[in-house]
Amino acid sequence: MSITGSDPWAVLRGATRARVALGRAGDGLPTARELEFRLAHAVARDAVHTPLDPALVRAGLDGVPVVEVRSAAADRAEYLQRPDLGRRLAPGCALPRADADVAVVLADGLSPRAVHEHGAALTRALLDRLAGWSVGPVVLAAQARVALGDEIGAALGARVVLVLIGERPGLSSADSLGVYLTWDPRPGRADSERNCVSNVRPPHGLGCAEAAEVVVRLLASARELGASGVALKDEGPAVDA
Amino acid sequence: MTVRRTTLGGRTYEFPSLADLLAKATPARSGDVLAGCAAESAAQRVAAQVVLADLPLATFLEEQVVGYEEDDVTRLVLDTHDPVAFAPVAGLTVGEFRDELLTWAAEGDETSISALARGLTPEMVAATSKLMRNADLVAVGRRTRVVTGLRSTLGLPGRLASRLQPNHPTDDPVGVTASIVDGLLQGSGDAVIGINPATDSPARTVALLELVDAVLRRYEIPTQSCVLAHVTTTLRAMEQGAPVDLVFQSVAGTQAANRGFGVTLDLLAEARAGALELGRGTVGSNVTYFETGQGSALSADAHRGIDGVPVDQQTLECRAYAVARHFEPLLVNTVVGFIGPEYLYDGKQVVRAGLEDHFCGKLLGLPMGVDVCYTNHAEVDADDTDTLTLLLGAAGCSFVIAVPGSDDVMLHYQSLSFSDVLTARRVLGLRPAPEFEAWLARMDLLDGDGRVRALTPDAPAAKALLAAARA
Repeated sequence: MSITGSDPWAVLRGATRARVALGRAGDGLPTARELEFRLAHAVARDAVHTPLDPALVRAGLDGVPVVEVRSAAADRAEYLQRPDLGRRLAPGCALPRADADVAVVLADGLSPRAVHEHGAALTRALLDRLAGWSVGPVVLAAQARVALGDEIGAALGARVVLVLIGERPGLSSADSLGVYLTWDPRPGRADSERNCVSNVRPPHGLGCAEAAEVVVRLLASARELGASGVALKDEGPAVDA
Repeated sequence: MTVRRTTLGGRTYEFPSLADLLAKATPARSGDVLAGCAAESAAQRVAAQVVLADLPLATFLEEQVVGYEEDDVTRLVLDTHDPVAFAPVAGLTVGEFRDELLTWAAEGDETSISALARGLTPEMVAATSKLMRNADLVAVGRRTRVVTGLRSTLGLPGRLASRLQPNHPTDDPVGVTASIVDGLLQGSGDAVIGINPATDSPARTVALLELVDAVLRRYEIPTQSCVLAHVTTTLRAMEQGAPVDLVFQSVAGTQAANRGFGVTLDLLAEARAGALELGRGTVGSNVTYFETGQGSALSADAHRGIDGVPVDQQTLECRAYAVARHFEPLLVNTVVGFIGPEYLYDGKQVVRAGLEDHFCGKLLGLPMGVDVCYTNHAEVDADDTDTLTLLLGAAGCSFVIAVPGSDDVMLHYQSLSFSDVLTARRVLGLRPAPEFEAWLARMDLLDGDGRVRALTPDAPAAKALLAAARA
């Protein structure tokens, strides 16, 4: 598809974010298009494999107390292959009983980069809006899956746990955070017992203040209902993974 | 339960159940480690293969991995087993069966291989594949003939079809149409134009079906459409008079996993009957489309068999093929790299699984295609998908899936691009489905060698199809 003068292919490009009308070099892609795709994949891969940097997150949290824990997955390769280990605390991880209403967990998930870029800001936006709730220390969790929050929340003695976790990077969104709310957290909770606010990713996705407002509304509904998950209807969609 | 054992190099290996033997004999993959059934050493894996090679094929008719009483997939397999089709290989062991298949393949004896399908059970085919190398899977796959049709004919020798997958994050009609036009101009869509809807609603499904149907009628394109909604949604769409060519459903290899998908065998039969009644075919009457993938049963915690013993994911995948086979599908594909690294970790595992799935599906009588794909958290990249695509082309794969620029902007994973399909066809001398190829010729989209030409925007076909995107 050679492109000359006024560009009829622009009709296709203007109609969708999909990679249409890329042109061809023989049967393959032209070099520039091939390298664009390769860069998008590389950025997504780097987002998955960048190690969580606790100092960076602490600096953004401005003195908010932080406890660091890690899951039973020893490294990234094990984390990716053994989701069961990412849902359990590593032996020897001690958590002080806080008996607070809310436990906040910042978890690397599949995109530590998302935590680096938006984790502190989203946490502060939440803490600013939790008047009327007692909040335990922020728990920073490495090699963590969503369900690790169940064990953390139970150990802290919290009534509800919020897990802010890096979502699986896409080609055009490597820095997206999700927030999972689980009432009465304890190991064995099903995904259907959680509510999720996803795609927190300013400025392209949901903003931190906007996401925090939704989460606080969900918290109020969960307290009223004494439960979270599919029974709880609010702006947040039910968990699908 | 029969304990089977062998002594190799002074060491005795014991396999307490048939499910354990199959699992231990399976080439390495992360999902079996996650399920706790993988071989504990490389030598134990080969020991299991040695025992499996000496097992009579007929054992699988007597001894089950998932119980007959508690699982309707097992009942379907055994109740529909065809002893006449099985007769030519009934006296063979698994190892002898592998040898026989390779011999027939080398002789080009497609008839002997292809006639076995209804006599084979998923476990027989899975067991055989575990003794085969990648090249064995290619060599036999290529000589297993399964031809199906609705408005195009799929599975003919020397052909490679593609599903054009024009997904859009909000199902926007203009966006979907742009992707369809882009794919058609690059010779994709002969297997199906198949959309994964962003939302599973009857109204949305009907709107998308009508959109694709209008394009197919406007340009007289001999292919079929599909909106990959849940089967119950498609049933509703048919009740509303929507133009449904194909009933789609994801299926898995155990009754419990299918329950997790919200489907029963009766529901699938009802949907197929509904689509048949619409009579929308011109060259055939295959009206179902199924997707599968290794790991789906484990991800639903529905992967255990008799006495709670975990069944390996590749054997369970083959059992899903028995479900699909019962409904005489036009298309079946494994979505091989979609499910994630906890099931297939890296390029080596994905390539192996793709070839296994194609071989096993074909041998069981399925029009087998593959979604050659990966996610960003797996150790897989476009070099790996190139390797698998070219191997599948050599193996006679019925169809692959293609999306604009390899990037599915709705499901957030990478499949093949339209140009990947063109490359595979060119390198391996493969052509599109015959009816679709004739349409491409009528649109002046083929060059003198019958290859899809690179277009300038003022080419008549480009002008005509771009008009659809403007509308």
